[in-house]
Amino acid sequence: MIQKENIESKSNSVPLEDLGVLSISIQHAMHTSEGKKMLEVSTQIMPHELLCLFGHSGAGKTTILRILAGLTKPDKGRIVFGNTVWFDSEKKINLPPQQRNVGFMFQDYALFPNMSIEKNIRFAQKEKDEAEVEKLLNLFDLAELRHRKSGQLSGGQKQRVALARALAAKPSVLMLDEPLSALDCEMRAALQHEIRKAHQLLKTITLMVSHDKHEIIKLSTSVMVLRNGTVEKCGKAEEIFGKSSNHNGEHKTACMNLCVH
Amino acid sequence: MDQDFIDTLLLTGKLAGWTTAILFVIGFPIAYLLAYRRFPLKSVAEALISMPMVLPPTVLGFYMLMAYSPQGALGSFLQSVFDVRLAFSFGGVLIASVIFSMPFMIQPLQNGLTAIPKSLREASYTLGKSEFTTFVRVLIPNMIPSIITAVAMTFAHCIGEFGVIIMVGGNIPGETRVASIAIYDEVQAMNYQTANQYSLVLFLISLVILTVIFSINKRKITTI
Repeated sequence: MIQKENIESKSNSVPLEDLGVLSISIQHAMHTSEGKKMLEVSTQIMPHELLCLFGHSGAGKTTILRILAGLTKPDKGRIVFGNTVWFDSEKKINLPPQQRNVGFMFQDYALFPNMSIEKNIRFAQKEKDEAEVEKLLNLFDLAELRHRKSGQLSGGQKQRVALARALAAKPSVLMLDEPLSALDCEMRAALQHEIRKAHQLLKTITLMVSHDKHEIIKLSTSVMVLRNGTVEKCGKAEEIFGKSSNHNGEHKTACMNLCVH
Repeated sequence: MDQDFIDTLLLTGKLAGWTTAILFVIGFPIAYLLAYRRFPLKSVAEALISMPMVLPPTVLGFYMLMAYSPQGALGSFLQSVFDVRLAFSFGGVLIASVIFSMPFMIQPLQNGLTAIPKSLREASYTLGKSEFTTFVRVLIPNMIPSIITAVAMTFAHCIGEFGVIIMVGGNIPGETRVASIAIYDEVQAMNYQTANQYSLVLFLISLVILTVIFSINKRKITTI
């Protein structure tokens, strides 16, 4: 979105499509607790971008992720990733989630309760690769917990397993739906680091829903602010609420400070 | 114990076993459709499947008997084309039993499927797994208690079935005379001792099956 020109100039002979640009232009009627709302989003997300979706509940953040993952079918529009059309309402194209190669981290983590941590990660792999499983277990500090099931894990541990599992599938786009919302401050700060690590490891687009401005400033390369289903603002985090969040007298808690530092 | 007694109990077990096995195979896809798919007249389909829970067994038995009759369309077709007679035969009783026990298999399976968080299925799909792989690797292992309940309820219900069987199958030793029919028959003939033997065996079988199955069920719930 923001770095489009830079990337184009850097990659001279490589067309943008091959780098995996995500082009979105969708319309979808959402049924929220406040009634029916139209979700209208039209944007381009550049490769290597970590885009945070910000806005009130019911603004359409999760719905956008679900639409991109193929879990919700939009009413109208077109979604293209690289050279692949994921969705086109006019041509009646709608690739199922299985064919979009996205990594989706759910708000409730959605770990498979019947499988151990190790098996959750192995299940995600498209081709068996034990070395990769070991690498992910070590990277997310899960090696000692490998035989435990999800019911025996804390919130932070579940979050790390969910991230490791999403990465094991080697997704083209990583989507995180409020990944840190259920965690305490200390854990939150530590896991923001894990998310950054995951994004760098994948070298692709990461989309993350977050309510925490400080977290967004810390992690994102760009932010999309949504209000009632439409994009209100788009840009770098500091430009959008960098100054205002520091100077408008907003209540800063000890937690926020911990998360920022 | 005389041979007739043993044969009757074996026939009872055979009918319950086959009914449970057939319903397990056809019940899972039906439960899956009812749990996850939207289609026209879904409520009607659900109501029809649940009908045996509220309908007097004799009503279903009566309609089945009419359908099996050589004067009826189905009965005459089967008789003329395949030379098969369903009325008063084990096959006829088995079909009626499958229909009559359907809700006892399908409802626990459907409840088990809907109780699994939607995000588990969706997570599996985003990881590239097909609906079938998700069903086998994610859904089935996370609904074992519901599967045990479905099998237990179907089998136990089938062992105790009386009304449909007497309507469709009558009381033919070795063919349709199951234990519940034999009890009624022995009481009519004032053979209370034999009736008591059958009753005690049915009571104990049902109690043992349910106790074993529910204790396994409880253990599974605590481990998941």
